[in-house]
Amino acid sequence: MSQRIATASDSERVARFGQRERVNVKHGNSRARAENRAAYLLLLPWLVGFFCLTLGPMLASLYLSFTKYDLLTPPRWTGLLNYRTLFTNDPRYLTSLRITFTYVLLSVPLKLMFALAVAMLLNRKIRGLGAYRAVYYLPSLLGGSVAIAILWRQVFGEQGLVNRLLALFGFHGPSWISNPRYTLYTLVVLAVWQFGSPMVIFLAGLKQIPQELYDAADVDGASRTGKFFRITLPMLTPIIFFNLILQIIGAFKAFTPAFIISGGTGGPVDSTLFYTLYLYQQGFGRLRMGYASAMAWVLLAIIAAFTAINFLGARRWVYYDDGGR
Amino acid sequence: MASDAIPRVTVAAVTGTTEHVRPTWWRRGVLHALMIAGALAMIYPLLWMISSSIKPSQLIFTDLSLWPKQVTWANYRTGWHGVQYVFGHYVLNSLFVSTCAVVGNLVACSMVAYAFARLQFRFKKMWFALMLGTIMLPQHVTIVPQYVLFHKLHWINTYFPLILPHFLAVDAFFIFLLVQFMRGIPRELDDAASLDGAGPIRIFFSIILPLTRPALVTAAIFTFIWTWDEFFSSLIYLNDVDKFTVPLALRLFIDGAGESSWGQLFAMSTLALLPVLLLFMVFQRFIVEGISTTGLKG
Repeated sequence: MSQRIATASDSERVARFGQRERVNVKHGNSRARAENRAAYLLLLPWLVGFFCLTLGPMLASLYLSFTKYDLLTPPRWTGLLNYRTLFTNDPRYLTSLRITFTYVLLSVPLKLMFALAVAMLLNRKIRGLGAYRAVYYLPSLLGGSVAIAILWRQVFGEQGLVNRLLALFGFHGPSWISNPRYTLYTLVVLAVWQFGSPMVIFLAGLKQIPQELYDAADVDGASRTGKFFRITLPMLTPIIFFNLILQIIGAFKAFTPAFIISGGTGGPVDSTLFYTLYLYQQGFGRLRMGYASAMAWVLLAIIAAFTAINFLGARRWVYYDDGGR
Repeated sequence: MASDAIPRVTVAAVTGTTEHVRPTWWRRGVLHALMIAGALAMIYPLLWMISSSIKPSQLIFTDLSLWPKQVTWANYRTGWHGVQYVFGHYVLNSLFVSTCAVVGNLVACSMVAYAFARLQFRFKKMWFALMLGTIMLPQHVTIVPQYVLFHKLHWINTYFPLILPHFLAVDAFFIFLLVQFMRGIPRELDDAASLDGAGPIRIFFSIILPLTRPALVTAAIFTFIWTWDEFFSSLIYLNDVDKFTVPLALRLFIDGAGESSWGQLFAMSTLALLPVLLLFMVFQRFIVEGISTTGLKG
């Protein structure tokens, strides 16, 4: 082995035994020990953070989810009561679940479809590609802020931009933001407006598809749609998969726009009561910390389930070019 | 598990222009018209907000044009004094928190990333998997005990809960970003230095860190922007208006403001977006390429 020129993976394998280089063989062990020490020194901040701010709190919140806890008096064990209450005795919680699922199932597919469509349009040699990419991306960068939520409140208000534009065509629009039938959809529009970041990822993926595939298809006289469904889409599935997971998780965690647009209430008539917003109200509005912890663990379970379904499903529809899977 | 899903995309692929179809001139014209119309529709609300912020209040809702017929700075003047302290006070608070977050992330995440990218140590695989696992974790499962912890430490209503996590590399996404980048640096450089007797720490400072600069810039920009816009944690941890960051001040502004003060609200919202817009204009390449190479959320 020492005679071969070490490739990256070789050297990693060798180094694991503390013998990265021939020269080091003799002092290999002390060297490896020094490296081990240095590594843990560098990892120290992260380890502290992991145990004190992530793992520890996770377990603590799992424990708290089985208790009644208001921060002022010590937690009192109540067993499964919180979970039972969530699903059988709290209509607002069920509303928040329904609202959140509607939001996720509408906004994620729409956002990804827009992202892919615009990425396809941009994926050719045109002047100003960088400028277009930047402009379409910009809403993604700003969209989560309070300032944009404020803007949205106005755009879809009674006297808002949308209604002013509709008035030009003789329509009289309602106040989208205060009519519970429409409020959620204004938030979906806000999410879809931010299709730029998956679009940029799609664009990078499209550029990775080898031109030879299209050339070969041209020789065979393939049509434009044929090429899309047989080359572009299959080659892009790993990226679609990646975007899907990222966007689903992001949508479940949405908070700021619903909070700002409803003034923190989730209204009108709970029509924007996002999961995280209800969690905030219970935990930090009413100091029902145990209840909020139970909500957080159900949310984690939902996100984990969605991710697992995606990964299982991925075996069927995600195509990996490197022969395997 | 999660690493399987990361598409392998290189920077070269993003900047390189692979040609698929060379469109004819009229096709290209139609395409440009379409793209420009789309782009305008995308940023129209934004431009409208900015132009409304310099219109007199009574014209905001009647004048749909982006070019104001009458320009006034009154919205900025009154909005600046809109909530308790001058708006600049909140801007300074936000700047402080964001700057600390950037420093924390750069220091902590680069250290951790170097260990994962280059060094061999016990349980490396396990730690790496755990680190990746935390990327997707919703913060809500940790927020209650974290709050209790900071409460016990008497850190509620201080900036510590907003800053400290960054110094403990809690934003695992940036670790991942930097690991990916460091793995691309040729190993021969380390090996040569190692033969010259340099230890891992010296290699980190003298070789890896300088070469990681582009990724560090990307990480710094995103940390700044996300901390600047961060709302949930600030809402939970900060109580005194005196300590409020810009997003909290804006929220306070809406609560106190009636329909008549939309102009001021727009003016202050524009100010809140300004740093992000400026960063975007200056570092557009870093930002967009950071997204495409790593799939940063946004």
